[in-house]
Amino acid sequence: MNDTSYTARQEIRRRLQKEQRALMWRKFLTNKLAMGGALITLTVIVLALLAPVICPEGPLAMSVFDRLTPPSPDGYLFGADNLGRSVLARVLYGARVSLAIGASVGLLSMIFGMILGLYASYYPALDNVIMRICDGLSAIPSTLLAIALMAMLERNIGNLILSLTIVSTPRVARVARSSAVVVREQTYIEAMRALGTSSTRIIWGHIAPNILSGVVVQSSYIFANAIITEAALSFLGVGVPAPDPSWGNILYDGKAVIHKAWWMIVYPGIFTAATVLGLNIFGDGLRDVLDPHTN
Amino acid sequence: MAEMHEVILRAENVRKYFPITGLFGKVENYVRAVDGVSLELRRGETYGLVGETGCGKSTLGRTLISLLPATEGRVLLNGQDITHPRGAEDRALRQKVQMVFQDPYTSLNPRKRVGNILTEAMAIQHIGRPSERMDVTLELMEKVGLHTEHFYRYPHELSGGQRQRVGLARALIVNPEIVVCDEPVSALDVSVQSQIINLLMDMQQQRQLTYLFISHDMSVIRYTSDRTGVMYLGHLVEEADTEELFLHPRHPYTRVLLSAVPAPNPHVKKERIVLEGDLPSPIDPPGGCVFHTRCPYATEECSRCVPEMKTDGNGHRVACHHAGD
Repeated sequence: MNDTSYTARQEIRRRLQKEQRALMWRKFLTNKLAMGGALITLTVIVLALLAPVICPEGPLAMSVFDRLTPPSPDGYLFGADNLGRSVLARVLYGARVSLAIGASVGLLSMIFGMILGLYASYYPALDNVIMRICDGLSAIPSTLLAIALMAMLERNIGNLILSLTIVSTPRVARVARSSAVVVREQTYIEAMRALGTSSTRIIWGHIAPNILSGVVVQSSYIFANAIITEAALSFLGVGVPAPDPSWGNILYDGKAVIHKAWWMIVYPGIFTAATVLGLNIFGDGLRDVLDPHTN
Repeated sequence: MAEMHEVILRAENVRKYFPITGLFGKVENYVRAVDGVSLELRRGETYGLVGETGCGKSTLGRTLISLLPATEGRVLLNGQDITHPRGAEDRALRQKVQMVFQDPYTSLNPRKRVGNILTEAMAIQHIGRPSERMDVTLELMEKVGLHTEHFYRYPHELSGGQRQRVGLARALIVNPEIVVCDEPVSALDVSVQSQIINLLMDMQQQRQLTYLFISHDMSVIRYTSDRTGVMYLGHLVEEADTEELFLHPRHPYTRVLLSAVPAPNPHVKKERIVLEGDLPSPIDPPGGCVFHTRCPYATEECSRCVPEMKTDGNGHRVACHHAGD
């Protein structure tokens, strides 16, 4: 019989799990890309969360006499817009909307993309059906498709997330399918079949964990891309409805007064660019960290 | 031994063809990976299967346990047809037949801890209660030379030999009757090979296992196997008790294989038979005897007639027109 007692086993387990976690963390912390990207993105997230503290007046408070006040350290830090609202408040509250939309789209397209990609890769009969539909969706320029969908739907944040998810899912599905096709042919999957494992268990218990890293990385790009597309849609007037702020409709409001109020364009622009850059860099770094073959 | 003659698995004229599809999915031709093999495994024995790369020995191994469906022919396990198992029948079969794979680096899921790989195998086969599975697993791990610590390790934290021990444990944990060992040591260092082979043989003794041992290494086959079959281009060309086969090979191809085994004594001069030409394509195999294009003794008859498998009194089977010469 095995002479190791229950407590001894727990001890070994704790020690090894700690060691494995420490290794993973070190890999992450020493990866400059992942750390840099995470730092930029986290800064934006923290600022968005602290919006009520930094700007207690909120994004909708108007002060007609302060219309188009330029930025100054002791007045409006980022200036005021054409309705006399603080641009700083609108950018920070807008960050909440933009990040929430981007994160939801990233997460939802990750889930749907994985489901589609996994089943397409596992059942050859589904493969052509699913992937050709995805090809068809990707053939239409994504912003155009999102505009078309928004034109059919009521204009609200839920529908915005829905149409952006429809636009981005095919990209995740393709990445998921291509990695799943490789994993499906691995010997350990054959070994599971030799044990009499059900297809559902093979797909979700064995193939899914092995394609997750690629899909997560792809989703971080989708996150970034959804922020840009949302900004574009709001800028074109089919995105987040006024008066709620998002980076896109702050830019839209600024368009009319661009020649005399540069701050209405520059600040939301900087935030959008920084967040997208941060997320993309983070995605690149994450790919290196999650790949078990790199050291 | 009397029980050695009880047949546990019988293959009857098994064929496995892989279709080659052209444009628009039209089947243009077939790769005849296994082309009409009949053989028997006896309970408790090790049956060695040798042949060069691409001769279909791995495909035959997988077809015999229905991991690949046979194109033609049948496979009987304990008298029951297992050629095309379905649903619950399939899961019950998987408990009886297991497989150890060649490459220990790709045969373990990199995202699963060793312990989870093994307990999950039990869960899939509904063996034991969940609370007992860990104890059973640790006990078996110890038997195959792994420690409690390895239970929580990921495969990439183990060496090749340790991984192959895990691969063996995964096959044995469901208490199978037959284990197909598909080149279980050819990916390992020579020093580790012997450890794994000895472990395989210990396990066989303890658990009365029947092995189908696939290898291209004649020395490994000679050491491990009770009986040996020689494959060439999807055909079984000769089969005999291992010692008999090594001492009195009757098929010209077997003689070629044996002449290629390096002799441990450098002063012994061996006559080396070198084959002309390449292995013919299994898509378009030669007519008559498949070996006639490279056989030094081939006659006109060999290119016309397929030689039948002939058995002598001692169970030495050979498929060659000139085996008596």
